[in-house]
Amino acid sequence: MCLAIPMLLKERNELEGVVELDGVRRTVSLMLLPEAEVGDHVLIHAGYAIGSVDEDEARQTLELLREYADNMGDL
Amino acid sequence: MSDAPELRDPRAIAGLIREIGSLAAAVGRPVTFMEVCGTHTHAVAAAGLRRMLPDGVRLISGPGCPVCVTPVEYLDRALALAELDSTTVCTFGDLMRVPSSLSSLERAHAEGRPIEIVYSPRDAISLARTNSAQRVVFLAVGFETTAPTIAAALAEAEDDGIDNLLILPGNKVMPPPMRALVEDRELKVDGFLLPGHVSVLTGWECFRFLAEDYHVPGAVVGFAPADVMRGVADLLRQVRDGRAEISNLYGRVVSARGNAVAARMVERFFEPVATGWRGFGEIPDSGLGLRDRYAHRDAGRIEVALPDPHEPAGCACGDVLRGVIDPPQCALFGTVCQPTNPVGACMVSSEGTCAAWFRHDRLTGVAS
Repeated sequence: MCLAIPMLLKERNELEGVVELDGVRRTVSLMLLPEAEVGDHVLIHAGYAIGSVDEDEARQTLELLREYADNMGDL
Repeated sequence: MSDAPELRDPRAIAGLIREIGSLAAAVGRPVTFMEVCGTHTHAVAAAGLRRMLPDGVRLISGPGCPVCVTPVEYLDRALALAELDSTTVCTFGDLMRVPSSLSSLERAHAEGRPIEIVYSPRDAISLARTNSAQRVVFLAVGFETTAPTIAAALAEAEDDGIDNLLILPGNKVMPPPMRALVEDRELKVDGFLLPGHVSVLTGWECFRFLAEDYHVPGAVVGFAPADVMRGVADLLRQVRDGRAEISNLYGRVVSARGNAVAARMVERFFEPVATGWRGFGEIPDSGLGLRDRYAHRDAGRIEVALPDPHEPAGCACGDVLRGVIDPPQCALFGTVCQPTNPVGACMVSSEGTCAAWFRHDRLTGVAS
């Protein structure tokens, strides 16, 4: 039930936003994330944006995983 | 981001498994780690992670599926409300098939009771707006991730004067049952994989008590296979070194303090109350009750006739939820109790431990 999906905030109008992932668009409430800005990746749960994605942290995680992958070479 | 290929790259997973293998060897004794989030239960089972772990590293599920821990009395009350005149009950779909003492929401719906499935508390507002002659009761279940969305819907209803939206309070918070788990002598947990999306709201610091009061390590992790495996490696490293800390491995969305706007929204409408958990009984301060000033929105205060609460005979959901047994140790598992005809709550939701085991681990010989 705690499923949440990161989606790109494409538009906002006061406390409503339009988010997109893989071409799918949804209207969500920004009541719980009023500071969200167009262009942010925001985490969507049950029709509400509940958090934003820290792009630097995301990059670091992916880099770390690429290191693990590179160390294994071709499987 | 959740679908970044790195997060499911088999080579990265293989690298993590190799690291887990050497760490487990260095620890030199069997260890048990518990995840306490239904979304983790599902993710672990669907990706087959349990069978990739070396012998001696056991991963068990705790009380992380909101539908599973919701006690039968709550469903009995929801069904009684659906019998009232001019009343529509709306709910997240997961609750529909959970057995109540005498029926289920799904069965009552088939019998013509006004029960609607919604995907967001916002849908409940729309339902109340367009059915102004009806009392619309939203079944408020879920953990810290979900409670703020329900509070936000209540705020919108207050602002817009939508007086016919009520909730049946059933939201719960994770730290109190986790404290109960680490104090349980029957269960020896060496570390916790901590719920990523709960932590988005609460911040990871709310789990520091595990390390500070009980010397039990924890790692906040995301939901992709690599996220979970990094968590297992981190916990093994902490056990090997004799450390107990809370590691935040989901920093891309989790901060130390969480979402303050959401916390204030929850605080406005809710206060901590004692509430019942299947498998645990009543736990102080583990539930969210509506504050008195919002009594007009509290469907739990409506007088209804309730049956004697009755759990299905032979169902061991309670022991499964406390991590005391794995699903195959229940006599009903996979025989009379299956996802198509669930006896207990843990077999209903795809996040239930029994359903996850049945669908993904049953045929691969993973057993305790």
